[in-house]
This record gives sequence, structure tokens and C-alpha cells, in this order.
Amino acid sequence: MAVISYREALRAAMREELKRDDKVVIMGEEVAQFNGAYKVTEGLLKEFGPKRVVDTPISEAGFIGLGIGASMLGIRPVMELMFWSFSYVAFDQIVNNAGNIRYMSGGLINCPIVIRGPANGGTNVGATHSHTPEAILASHPGIKVVCPATPYDAKGLLKAAIRDNDPVYVMENTILYNDKGEVPDEDYIVPLGVADVKREGSDLTIVAHGRAVITSLKAAEVLEKEHGVSVEVVDLRSIRPLDEETILASVRKTHRALLVEENKPFCGVDAQVAYLIQSKAFDELDAPIHRVSSIDAPQIYCKRLEDQQLPDVNRVVREALKVLA
Amino acid sequence: MAKPAVLTHPESLKRPAGPSEYAKDPVNASMSKAEKIALYTKMARIRHFEQRCIRIYQQGKIGGFLHLYVGQEAVAAGTISLLGKHDHIITGYRDHGHGLMVGMGMNECMAELTGRVTGCSQGKGGSMHYFAPDKNYWGGHGIVGGQAPLGTGLAYAVKYMGLKGSCLAYMGDGAVNQGAVHEAYNLAALWDLPMIFVVENNGYSMGTSQERSTAHPGCLAKRAEGYNMAWDVINGHDVYEVRAKTALALKRAHEESKPTVLEIFTYRYFGHSMADPDKTYRDKDEIKEYRDKKDPVLLFEQELLREKVLTPELSQKINDAAMAEADKAAVFADESPDPTVADVTKHIYWEEDNRGPDTTSRGTIIFE
Repeated sequence: MAVISYREALRAAMREELKRDDKVVIMGEEVAQFNGAYKVTEGLLKEFGPKRVVDTPISEAGFIGLGIGASMLGIRPVMELMFWSFSYVAFDQIVNNAGNIRYMSGGLINCPIVIRGPANGGTNVGATHSHTPEAILASHPGIKVVCPATPYDAKGLLKAAIRDNDPVYVMENTILYNDKGEVPDEDYIVPLGVADVKREGSDLTIVAHGRAVITSLKAAEVLEKEHGVSVEVVDLRSIRPLDEETILASVRKTHRALLVEENKPFCGVDAQVAYLIQSKAFDELDAPIHRVSSIDAPQIYCKRLEDQQLPDVNRVVREALKVLA
Repeated sequence: MAKPAVLTHPESLKRPAGPSEYAKDPVNASMSKAEKIALYTKMARIRHFEQRCIRIYQQGKIGGFLHLYVGQEAVAAGTISLLGKHDHIITGYRDHGHGLMVGMGMNECMAELTGRVTGCSQGKGGSMHYFAPDKNYWGGHGIVGGQAPLGTGLAYAVKYMGLKGSCLAYMGDGAVNQGAVHEAYNLAALWDLPMIFVVENNGYSMGTSQERSTAHPGCLAKRAEGYNMAWDVINGHDVYEVRAKTALALKRAHEESKPTVLEIFTYRYFGHSMADPDKTYRDKDEIKEYRDKKDPVLLFEQELLREKVLTPELSQKINDAAMAEADKAAVFADESPDPTVADVTKHIYWEEDNRGPDTTSRGTIIFE
């Protein structure tokens, strides 16, 4: 078991899948010669050559659409968006074409494309580069969305995404790229739609995804040390498909739920999770469900305030205590 | 009524109809009598299929939008009649003609319009979303210009796999102002893709004439020069000319792996869709002029009569058969069953439809 960074884990997933299947192609802005805007694809051009690792112009609607078209003929493109925020100029391709083609063709056409890249705030770059579109995209049947929080999950989910026969959108986080964790040396995947209990506990369930998982784990430590509370942290890992059973099992155990995400609150992923819990485990609840999300405003530039706009440990602890009151 | 803007189709279209100067082009001269009759038959089948659709639409049996291809038949017929095993096509929402040309049956096409489970997309796509990937036909796309990048991807895949093939991406004249089309132009030229962009210029982007919608230097195809791409303009009323000039673009794609933009001047006799009453933006006289003097099916019939390939009797027989086939398809489309409620949530995800121990997805993927 090697200890590698989240960035290296993503790269290893791509390298292994490039080796395994000659239909896999890496494509995106600056992925090849520049070695990746965030160095995720570093070294892949050298190892696999320009046919397999392809630099694109700054032309998201064009090259993402091209990848979708190529996937219909059996190529398995892994497209990098420098930021998921840039997906908005390719929305027609990402939603209308990739998400609908199988359905509208009555199952005749598949679209095994992967689109990956960072989707996060907290990097002091202002509103246009800080979007977290997992809820927007996961609301479209036909699309799958995953949000890895650890190196192990990043590698396993990306490999599963590449092997999956449907469009899978992998939302990473630039703040996590240097985080390190244990990753097996042997081949493995993390199936899409399987949540992971990252910390076991008995008094409160925190459901989170992406970097909010890391924040929640830190909050759980504080809650245990300073308040004597045992917190269970469920990492969704995958937004769609969604592992309803793991969420419900945890709530049935702790009887209290706090939902944490870095999305804005309105129509966020946790709005759906809250509905799920109330509809399928209402009688198990000993307290109302609470949520911690980003403060509902476009992402602010000012770093000091942006750090407060996002869910932080203090806010999670404070809200957890309200659920436990 | 204010005089509508006049079509900007070039002068060459105004010449009196006569023998096609492209009849002697090798791709046409080499056609056997049977091949010419087959091509004429396909054009007649598109014409009668579309006209039969109007009746079903008026009976209220077709929902939503219905964009007819009547008047534009020579475009799909001429281009698609040249294609081989590794040539692929994709188009916008005016997609019936292309479907019939690649060999889709009238039954599956008509039943898709009435939303039946026997339709080509099992009633899930409708008029704008025909697909037949087994015949290299990748749709049928509803958003103007959105198919251009997809087509570029098909051409990319053909090249990636080392096949001698191409992709023809069709679009209307309205699509040339969409950003996605320009992005596709750039990628096709930048990466030397075996790609042919076919602009079916019928003069109107919905109800807005070309003059009111598009800044251009005399034709739309010339925009290709900005991407260092080859281009040509074609009289789309002459199926021989469509074939002759498309053949050059195909050769460029197959042998040099280079893209081309073809602008094919054509005309639609009906509104943009059946929802368009067609009363505000063009003169009835203009439609009559095209119907009487430039009808692509009629012109090709006359050509083949002159060549003594067709006789009036044979032509009548072909048209009668096409009409009867369309009538039968209309009955089929009327009598076929609807999809079931359970079908609504099928064909969303491959991994869901084929779920087993080997699939990579678990958990809930379709929500209540």
C-alpha cells in the first residue's frame, strides 16, 4: 500500500486505464505538453504519445462535443475541464447530447465518456471559477456524478468511471490535490453509487461529499474531544447513483442527521438527501435534520470571507450541537 | 404585408431548368440504370412519406414539432447515395429524409412520429430524434448546431481507428451562427479530420431570412476560409450536382483526411415546422416559383426521362408504390401500441438496463 496524493491517484487511474484499453484517450486544455494546468496529467504525454493524450483548444463546447461523438463510436474519452465552471459553455453538449442520447435513441447508442476536473470554491478566484455543479448535473437522468474526497476514492472512482458505459462526471477539488492517503498497489475500482462510512459513531450522522467530508471528519474529532459526542461520517462519494441504503442505515443507528456540503443551499444535493431521510426514515429521527452549506451568494473573492462562506469546522460543530440539543 | 426579404441564393440557381451539366460527371455517368432508378425511387419515397406525415399531423396524431423535408430531397439523396461502410452521418431536427436514405423503414419512422413502441427510438425520440447507428446514422438532434461537434467526434473516431471513412454533419443555414458550429469547424480543420459539414441552405432560419440573420460575404460556405478549410457551393435542386461536388469532398476526406464545408442551396415548401403558419416572412409566389421550376424530384424525373432511364409509366409506378408504402406505414403507426409506463425509465443508463455483478454502478439511480 503506497501513500500518494489525490493528484497522483487520479493520474495513476488514467495511466492504468490507458494501458488496459487502447480506446481510452485523454483530452483537454493543457493536458499534454503543458502537463496539465493542475499537473494531474503530468507525464502522460511522454508515456503514451500524442494520439492518446491530446491538447485541445480553449473550446469546451467543441471538444467536449467531439468527445461525446467519439464515445458513440466506441472511443472512451477522458476529458479534462480545467474547471467544472467552464462546463457552462458546453452545457448543451454535456446535458442535451451526452445525457439524452441513449434515451432518445431507445437504447441504441451509448455514451461512455468521462469528464473530470476540479469543482470547488475556496481558492480565491471569484465567482466564475468556483462553481460546484454536481447537483445541477445529477438532476438530469442519464448522467452520473461522483465527488471523491480521498486519494483512494479518487483513483477507484475514476477507474470505475472510465470502465462505465454511461457518461460519468468526476468532480475533483483543487484543495485536495496535495492530500495524501493510502492507495493499494493492485488494481481496484470503487463502484459508482456506493457510499463509504469514513468514521463510525453512534450519536449523530453527518452526510457529506467532496471536501466537506474532510471538514466533517475534523469536526467529528472536535465534537468527540470537546463535547463527548460520537459522530458517524458518511461520505456519499457518488451523487448519482446514490447509496440510499448506507445513508438510511446510519440514520437508523444514530437517529440524528446533519448534512454538510460546499454547494449553495438552494436545490443542493442535501435537499434531496433530506427528503430521502424524511420519506424513508422519518420515524427514526429524534431531531430535525440540519444542513450546513455555503453561504448563499456568488462565491466571494476576498479570501478571509470566502473561507467563512464555505462550511468550516466551527460551523459544522455549531450546527451539530443544535441537532444534538 | 411588407415585402419579405428576398432569398440570396446565387444567380446560378436562376438558370432555366434543363439537362444537368453534371450528368456526365464520373460519379453520375458511372451509375447503372438500376442505380439511377433506385436513387429516384428514394427521393420519391421521401416526398411521399413527408406528404403523408402532413395528413397524420393534421389528424392530431403527431405531437410536438414536425419539420418536413419536402423540397430538400436532393440534398440527403445526393450526398448519402455516395457513402460507404465507414462513412457516418448526423443531422439536426429535419431528419426524416436522411433516415429514409440510409435505409430506415417507413414503418419505424412513421411509428416514431406517433410515439409508438415500434418506432425507431421506441417512441422516446419523436420527429427530431431519429437514430439508426447500425446504418451509420447518429441522429436526429434537436438543438440547432449541437450536432456539429458530435459529428466531428465521429470523424475523429474514424480516424483514430485508422479507418478510411468520414462523417457528414448536416445543418441548416441558421446553424452557421451557433458557436458550437464554429468550434467544430476549428477542430475539424486543426486536427485534419475526415469531415464534411453540409449546410442545407433553405434560405430561412425558421422565419428569419438569411439577409436578416447572417452577415456573410456572398455565401455561407466561405466562412470555411477563416479556418483554412476547403468549401464549395452546390445547387441542391440538381441531385447530379450534389453528387458530383460531394464526391470531391468525400475524396478529400478519405484520401487526405481533410474537412470541407459544402453549402447546398435548397428550399422547403412548408413552414419551418408544422407549427409555422408560414404567412409572415415569405411570398407565396416565391414558394410557387421553386415548386414549379426547381423541384428536385421533378427535375431528376425529367432528367431520367430524357436519358430514357425512366418512362412515364415506370415513374407513375414508383410514385404509386411510394404512396402506398406511406399509407401502410401510417396505418402501422396508428395501430402500433404505445410504450408502457415501465418503459419510461428504461434506456436511461446502460449500466442500469444491464445491471449485474460486472457492472460498475450500484445504488439508486432512478429516483421516485
